[in-house]
Amino acid sequence: MAYFAQQAVNAISLGFLYALIALGYTMVYGVLTMINFAHGDLFMLGAFICLLLVTFSPIALPFPILLVLVMLIIGGLGGLIERLAYRPLRDAPRVSAVITALGCGLVISNTTLSISPYSRAMPEVFNDQYFNVFGVGISTLQMLIIGVSLALMIGLDALIQKSRFGMALRAVAFDARSAPLMGISVNRIISLTFLIGTGLGGAAGMLYGMAFPVISASMGVLVGWKAFIAAVIGGIGNIRGAVLGGFILGTVEIFSVATLPSTYRDLISYSLLLVILIFKPYGILGRAPNIKV
Amino acid sequence: MSALLEIEDVTMRFGGLCAISNCRMTVPAGITHGIIGPNGAGKTTLFNLITGIYRPTEGIIRYKGRKISGQRPSRIALEGIGRTFQNIRIFKSLTVLENVRIAYDSQLRYGPMESLMRVGRYGRAEDESIARSMELLEHFGLSGFASIPASGLSYGSQRRLEIARALALKPALLLLDEPAAGMNTGETSALTEFLRDIRDHFQVTMILIEHHMHLVMNLCDKITVLDFGRVIADGTPAEIRANPRVIEAYLGESTE
Repeated sequence: MAYFAQQAVNAISLGFLYALIALGYTMVYGVLTMINFAHGDLFMLGAFICLLLVTFSPIALPFPILLVLVMLIIGGLGGLIERLAYRPLRDAPRVSAVITALGCGLVISNTTLSISPYSRAMPEVFNDQYFNVFGVGISTLQMLIIGVSLALMIGLDALIQKSRFGMALRAVAFDARSAPLMGISVNRIISLTFLIGTGLGGAAGMLYGMAFPVISASMGVLVGWKAFIAAVIGGIGNIRGAVLGGFILGTVEIFSVATLPSTYRDLISYSLLLVILIFKPYGILGRAPNIKV
Repeated sequence: MSALLEIEDVTMRFGGLCAISNCRMTVPAGITHGIIGPNGAGKTTLFNLITGIYRPTEGIIRYKGRKISGQRPSRIALEGIGRTFQNIRIFKSLTVLENVRIAYDSQLRYGPMESLMRVGRYGRAEDESIARSMELLEHFGLSGFASIPASGLSYGSQRRLEIARALALKPALLLLDEPAAGMNTGETSALTEFLRDIRDHFQVTMILIEHHMHLVMNLCDKITVLDFGRVIADGTPAEIRANPRVIEAYLGESTE
């Protein structure tokens, strides 16, 4: 029983990380119907930026400051990529934008690889402690991952449901062609969407790097794909679906590793994607698009 | 006072197709201007040109004396031109209130950080935005549906919501693209009264595209007739009714 509870704690913290990354995919898809395949690499860069900040900062930066800096830098970079690489292709066929996104991702990961060819150890950002709660071990870091992710998700949900930006974002996602006629600057909304979505990915990269403290230029590939799967399982374009998908994937992974040989892990997650898509082609919370007349 | 809207020798080509050619039109403030013409005459294209969805191949469009052709649609909307669409294009995934607020809010000036932080000016602006949007919904008999998704409204209510949303921009010029589409005769005469009320209550100049001749003739002060992208007639309803070219091209046997 304690073993089960222990795995549940692990599953929740991994699920939160997948969900944070999946949010970036799904937000961008929601407004542009485009998959930002550079997202996984921006996630990886989040961990490296954190490493750089910790290594080169003259004073020891506390965790909250580090987190905000990483989110701003990665978010800014995501916004810049949108402005320079994706915006000129806004009216081009979607596949061109997707290929461009793959290209941007490769440029980011290979630039990182050329600077840091080997894996690096993530320094300890704070003194991690281990608590024993009714026989279940939970670390400060796990609590932090859960707390920070939860705060970011609640904040994002409030922003989208309640704020002026959120209304405009939903309007653009629904009909990007008529939104400008209501005075909405679509470019501004899309820039902000990238800023927020990739900022969340950067935060996830930093937290992931702290949880699995060996970081490398290629770490974004597999994790990025999995978060993408999480977004698709939940229903891509649907914010709550991304969170749900992240949790499902995190849970399935942790429990398959706990009960089966660990090499089955990815086989099982990808099979899950296939099975869910057969029964729910638009994902669990996704809806079939309205046919326009 | 100069005209509210001036269309000066505007031509719009799509490849080899000339959708609008050498269109001239002047709309003074305060009038209701009808645009009629057969399907494919270029009426909606003209609206798309005015609202900046298309840039004219040639010619200039001025609003309040300032050139607007070539500007982005969102800027033109904020200059004070609201519009509705032939096929209703409200944001169905948003609530009824949000549909109106979104147009109202786009005029408010505050940065993204303020809207993230919900501080100072933003909080008051938000209350004001909700209050003003509710007022508008009240006027249109939609306040009871404020918090339901717009997709849940009946067809007629969706049309009214779309007009309310356009009015939330506080436009001086309102463009209505076939407001009576899909309505029967009874509904159309109710719509005539409704539009008259909007004109008087909101002090708005209207340009409307419409096929229901009864509505156009009753409501409009001036009418422009388009055919194959050309203005073939321009005048008061009485003049249009008597114009042989119009009768030949369009009115023919279809009206009274």
